[in-house]
Amino acid sequence: MTTELFDMPKDTDIAWCLGCGNFGILRIVKTALTELNIKPEELVMVSGIGQAAKTPHYLRTNIYNGLHGRAVAAAFAIKAVNPNLKVIVETGDGCSFGEGGNHFIHNILRNPDIIHLAHDNMVYGLTKGQASPTSQYGFITPVQVQGVTNEPFNPITLAIALDAAFVARVFVGDQEQTKEIIKAAIIHKGYSFVDILQPCVTFNKINTWKWFKENIYYLEDSYDPNNKVEAFKRATEKGKIPLGIFYTTTKLTFEENLPIYKKNKDPLYLRDVKLDKLMELLDSKRN
Amino acid sequence: MNDIAIVICGAAGQGIATVEDLLTGILKQAGYHCYSTSEFMSRIRGGTNSTLIRVSSNRINPTFVDRIDILIPLHFSALPHLKHRITSKTIILGEEKNIDEQYCDNREQIIKVPFSEIAKEVGGVIYTNIVAVGVFLAFFEVKEEISQTYLIEMFTLKGSKIVEQNIQACKRGYSIGNELVNSRKFRNTLQKDNSVLNDIILSGAEAIGMGAIAGGCNFISSYPMSPSTSVLVFLSHYAKNFDIVVDQAEDEIAAINKGIAAWYAGGRAMITTSGGGFALMTEGVSLSGMLEIPMVLHIGQRPGPATGLPTRTGQEDLQHVLNAGHGEFARVILAPGTPEDAFYLTQKAFNLADKYQIPVFILTDQFFLDSHYSIPDLDLSSIKNDKYIVKTNRDYKRYRLTDDGISPRGIPGYGDGLVNVDSDEHDEDGHITEDVHETRPKMVEKRLYKKLNLLRKEILEPELIGNKDYKILVIGWGSTYGVIKEAIENLGKDDIAFLHFSQVYPLNSNISEFLEKAEKTVILENNATSQFGKVLKLELDLDINEKFLKYNGMPFSAEEVIAYLDKI
Repeated sequence: MTTELFDMPKDTDIAWCLGCGNFGILRIVKTALTELNIKPEELVMVSGIGQAAKTPHYLRTNIYNGLHGRAVAAAFAIKAVNPNLKVIVETGDGCSFGEGGNHFIHNILRNPDIIHLAHDNMVYGLTKGQASPTSQYGFITPVQVQGVTNEPFNPITLAIALDAAFVARVFVGDQEQTKEIIKAAIIHKGYSFVDILQPCVTFNKINTWKWFKENIYYLEDSYDPNNKVEAFKRATEKGKIPLGIFYTTTKLTFEENLPIYKKNKDPLYLRDVKLDKLMELLDSKRN
Repeated sequence: MNDIAIVICGAAGQGIATVEDLLTGILKQAGYHCYSTSEFMSRIRGGTNSTLIRVSSNRINPTFVDRIDILIPLHFSALPHLKHRITSKTIILGEEKNIDEQYCDNREQIIKVPFSEIAKEVGGVIYTNIVAVGVFLAFFEVKEEISQTYLIEMFTLKGSKIVEQNIQACKRGYSIGNELVNSRKFRNTLQKDNSVLNDIILSGAEAIGMGAIAGGCNFISSYPMSPSTSVLVFLSHYAKNFDIVVDQAEDEIAAINKGIAAWYAGGRAMITTSGGGFALMTEGVSLSGMLEIPMVLHIGQRPGPATGLPTRTGQEDLQHVLNAGHGEFARVILAPGTPEDAFYLTQKAFNLADKYQIPVFILTDQFFLDSHYSIPDLDLSSIKNDKYIVKTNRDYKRYRLTDDGISPRGIPGYGDGLVNVDSDEHDEDGHITEDVHETRPKMVEKRLYKKLNLLRKEILEPELIGNKDYKILVIGWGSTYGVIKEAIENLGKDDIAFLHFSQVYPLNSNISEFLEKAEKTVILENNATSQFGKVLKLELDLDINEKFLKYNGMPFSAEEVIAYLDKI
């Protein structure tokens, strides 16, 4: 399928290494957006800093490339002032779970209707190879010279614990499955989180294309993503990494809970100051 | 000074604020001008807090005074807490258990009233403060129907029994007050002025909040921090009426990033915080500068460093705000001196921010925010909000280079164009660039020099109070407006004038003329390093002859400023 609506000009200078997993993710996301008939003008791609955070620059749409770690906070606000926009965060593991950990937690709780795609290559690439929150135990880097001494951060268990609306993990090497899961995440109402496993061909010599192929498997067809306890069990499994949709739930979003959209669906830029009501408020302070 | 200074002092939770609300509200209805301000400890219950209420025949400066004409101790700790301000003229009116006579210079001035015993007779100790309010209303010859109407309105939701008991408690207070007036223990020296009847009573925080509403604020994300929280609370209370998205942020870093992103998508956002919270926002301030996205920041100052004195006042964050954020970009800092200023300048802040696509700061402090003022009116007919958002077309470029440096600001979803913003150095399209030869210098000039040039044309002139042919010029900014004005008025010297700045950055070069005219210049600031003096030096190479700096966490009192200026 052609993704030309979202394609940047052919001469765009792309800052990724040859063979980087980011190329595959970009292709999959563009295909998913095209298949869902999303218009570039009605979409905002939000990112932070890092190689993954450059993805929005290579995709023709509105982009908000803000500060490191703050993409989720920004996406929350964009959706709140204009719920008509489709808002997708696409950024890396450091941005999502390291610098941005607090926003990840609290905005899952708020449940804005946004999609959060985390590129997870278990290493910091742009800063040249230090550990990421998801680096595996024992992973040796120029900073973690004796190897990482803690168990990796597990975003899936955290997202389930916080009752995120949609929680999934995919692998960039499986294009078809990944595309379908990302489409499901985009369609699902509420905070939809997708952890995207990918290799870093330059700085992660452990978790390679081959390693991922050998260490992943899919949740079986009979798996029920509405069962939170089961979701926890599968998310905390040791050994091979399960992929698929772990958990989904439906509840009111942050925007739906806002009184200002209950009667009037207009985004805020279409509204004016209510000076007559302000006059009433002033008068109420006269006695 | 033609006013009566009442101080109510007790522990947190004893209802001091209720007395303040009732007295200022009812006295205004009876024709008196009131101003009140509070000092309190950082705790939920206990401690020793006090509220000063100045009652006057005429319009009154929003100024703290040391003088106490009548003191009501609600707790045994009140007199030791205020011993520095009690004089032989201070009437001490309270229950025996709360009055330790060693702190009273003049025992003749002690009036013991069994407030809580009377309250119990009426219905419970909960009415103690209402009895005290009644005493004052008698002092000031307030007609009982005025206070009754007020009490009915205030307590009607709590049921008729509570309303009736409040009225009874107040009546009992009246009869004690009348006895004291008849026995010449108290004499009302004030006149009523009916021009006050239609006044608006509001706090500094409410003035900021209403200014924000007038400026079209429709998004606030903040993390609670004294003394700035009251602005968040005010906007939350009226969010539904005025279409405001309210978010209690997970931290201050989130708050500012949410605010900036809200502007990006077409909102008009503000944050409210204090020095420590603002410290966490500084990277975000820089982001606003880089993305050229407007942002409005209200910073209610309190003394630092670090946690400092959480509930006290200071003007210690001007240099912080001026220099916050890495890299170089334009900004504006406003510092209202009156509630009117706070209202109009906050409204203006939204339009300045939007027009020039920059961060605009409103710098206040605890003293300003927690004071209650009585003002004649706010003129809503002069309120104008311009819309600066443009509808985009297919070839829209967010950072299009223009002659004046302002690129028309589009938002996503409005028009056929795409809106790209990037915290990296970017090209006109908003995409990352490393072109250090052409694009980078042009973008720096756009964000900094070109905008500053435009902003210089909109600088608020400082206000000169007093004789134009002065020899001594006193300089102040922000919340010291009232105290310096009152001191100058009291001194009555024709060679002294006051120059007040409600915009502290950027400054107009013509300010030099005001200072060069003076034989002597004096600056008053609630900090230890004369932070505004430094701005005058750095921006305009102006030196100030003398500094009066106060940094103990308390506002300047009229008496100390008068004494200081008298010696100059």
